[in-house]
Amino acid sequence: MLIEATALRKFFSLSGGRQVHAVDEVSLGIAEHEVVGLVGESGSGKTTFGKTLIGLHDKSGGEVRYRGELLPARYGAADFRKQASEIQMIFQDPYGSLNPRMTIFEIIAEGLAIREGRSLAALRDKVVYWLERVGLHADHLSRYPHEFSGGQRQRVGIARALIVEPKLLICDEPISALDVSVQAQVVQLLGELQASMGLSMLFIAHDLSMVRYVSNRMAVMYLGSLIELGPAEDLYFRPLHPYTQLLIASNPEPDPEHERQRQDQLISGEIPSPVDLKAHCRFAGRCPKAEARCFEERPALREVLPGRLVACHLL
Amino acid sequence: MMTHDYALQVDNLAVEFDTYGGVVQAVRDVSFKLRKGKTLAIVGESGCGKSVTVQSLMGLIPMPPGRITRGSARLGNDELIGIAPAALNAIRGKRIGMIFQDPMSALNPTMTIGRQIAETLVVHRGLSASAARAEVIELLRLTQISQPEKRLDQYPFEFSGGMLQRAMIALSIACKPEVLIADEPTTALDVTIQAQILLLLQELQSSHGLSIILITHDLGVVARMAHDVAVMYAGQVVESGLVDDIFYRSAHPYTLGLRAAMPSNDPRKRQLQIIPGSPPDLFAPPPGCGFADRCAQAMRVCRDTPPPAYGHTHQARCWLQDPLAPASPVTSLMVNNKAD
Repeated sequence: MLIEATALRKFFSLSGGRQVHAVDEVSLGIAEHEVVGLVGESGSGKTTFGKTLIGLHDKSGGEVRYRGELLPARYGAADFRKQASEIQMIFQDPYGSLNPRMTIFEIIAEGLAIREGRSLAALRDKVVYWLERVGLHADHLSRYPHEFSGGQRQRVGIARALIVEPKLLICDEPISALDVSVQAQVVQLLGELQASMGLSMLFIAHDLSMVRYVSNRMAVMYLGSLIELGPAEDLYFRPLHPYTQLLIASNPEPDPEHERQRQDQLISGEIPSPVDLKAHCRFAGRCPKAEARCFEERPALREVLPGRLVACHLL
Repeated sequence: MMTHDYALQVDNLAVEFDTYGGVVQAVRDVSFKLRKGKTLAIVGESGCGKSVTVQSLMGLIPMPPGRITRGSARLGNDELIGIAPAALNAIRGKRIGMIFQDPMSALNPTMTIGRQIAETLVVHRGLSASAARAEVIELLRLTQISQPEKRLDQYPFEFSGGMLQRAMIALSIACKPEVLIADEPTTALDVTIQAQILLLLQELQSSHGLSIILITHDLGVVARMAHDVAVMYAGQVVESGLVDDIFYRSAHPYTLGLRAAMPSNDPRKRQLQIIPGSPPDLFAPPPGCGFADRCAQAMRVCRDTPPPAYGHTHQARCWLQDPLAPASPVTSLMVNNKAD
């Protein structure tokens, strides 16, 4: 594994000693050249997992190893600098994640200039190369973020992350804020870059149907827990966990005939609060198949079929 | 079909905005009909004019800088375009309800949910405060909000996103409107909550006979909800028809492109096709078809001359529908019309 989290935990403290169990003992690794799709609803802890994995949050428990080397529980400035040329991140909001006072050139070149100790001007050719590689143009160098559409800004974010030629890219909902046709463009661009650079990627999203097109393996989180993990196509077309089954069934299919014949399987209620969780299956309260033991004991993630890991007592 | 079969009929609507950069022609000659008791989905991407179209019907675009330069919109037999603000106030919220994408910013954060819904009932239906309160509880129950007696005294921040959208729906149907306009009602919600909200809208449609205009960019939502579809691109309706026409007999290359770009549950669809490029600048719309620059089938005429609308119930604005056009991947409407 290139990077591997073992029993990673991130709790946030609230007043009165209460704790938000944002990420609760999640073990997940990403191999070299592998794309892992991490999916779940709002509040499932998928973004917190990604950020804790690469040190943007301090760890509350568990460990992360990068190429076998243990990463610190709490990062200092030197740790980030050391890691920056290996691990990069692109963000959900293409508007909020670019400094509005910097030109596109400055935004893309800054990281590399710091790493190589060179002036920005010396990097012009390289920045132009990356601009063109993400589908933008050298004319765009001196423009500011507000002059670009959402899809173009996301391309700037991708160029900024990849110009330092990292090994691992964390993509936090990179397409959620974009239009459908632009989503497909960005997904295709990321796929091409991943293949040509041999990148490893953690692709965080709430839309499973898009994730299937980019991932080798898919991981599903619910309320801070990893509940299912397996090869992407296999998991998408043969989900095993009751939650994953309902999540995939909830997604409307762009096919009117299929939708008219739909047997509605709705999950009742909403994802509960992750504050002071009880020690039982996280999904038990909404699960149509829950039994008594689901409310007593938290199921471990275990291999139920070759390569297929599920956290459910019923399997 | 007779006019009275339509809840809302829009003809040749054009809307412009003055900006520092010049005049943006946001809506360029849009026409559609909403059948009574049915759902019309208006599909398109950011900036295609789908939201501006419905907002201009409701008098919700700021004027100036906005301006309706042409067109008509009839709710039943009543014209909406150009009427006095007071007359529009009597219609808006009463005969036309509206749900927005972001319920958190559409609701007043300083008023309880109950008071916001009651306000509509008092203003439009003249109910007393106590009668309005009882009606609000009924509406919250109808939209499946648990413990409505307790919930109505809570503020928007105490509701989850899905619950807020239910409250928004309760507010929009409080006056039993003829038409409900839902502008991206589930875009901000998770898929499991989206499924619940869509089912609620379908149930309300059959119980109340609502006619719904659903604005969305998600073809999955369209397939689940719509009876009729209008596909918008660059300020125009480029294709319209029954939902099956749009999905199974797409007659415009943009519709085909959108469908190919959508992820699907079909295991055979292993690759997403992309539409290269981006929509045209509406400061200076191209002289011909707005999609020509991105269209693999574009001919010389497409760049020079705007295409007319071909077809009857299933229409497409595309030169490929012309009898003189070469064979192409789009469904020919000529064949369809003979079959009609």
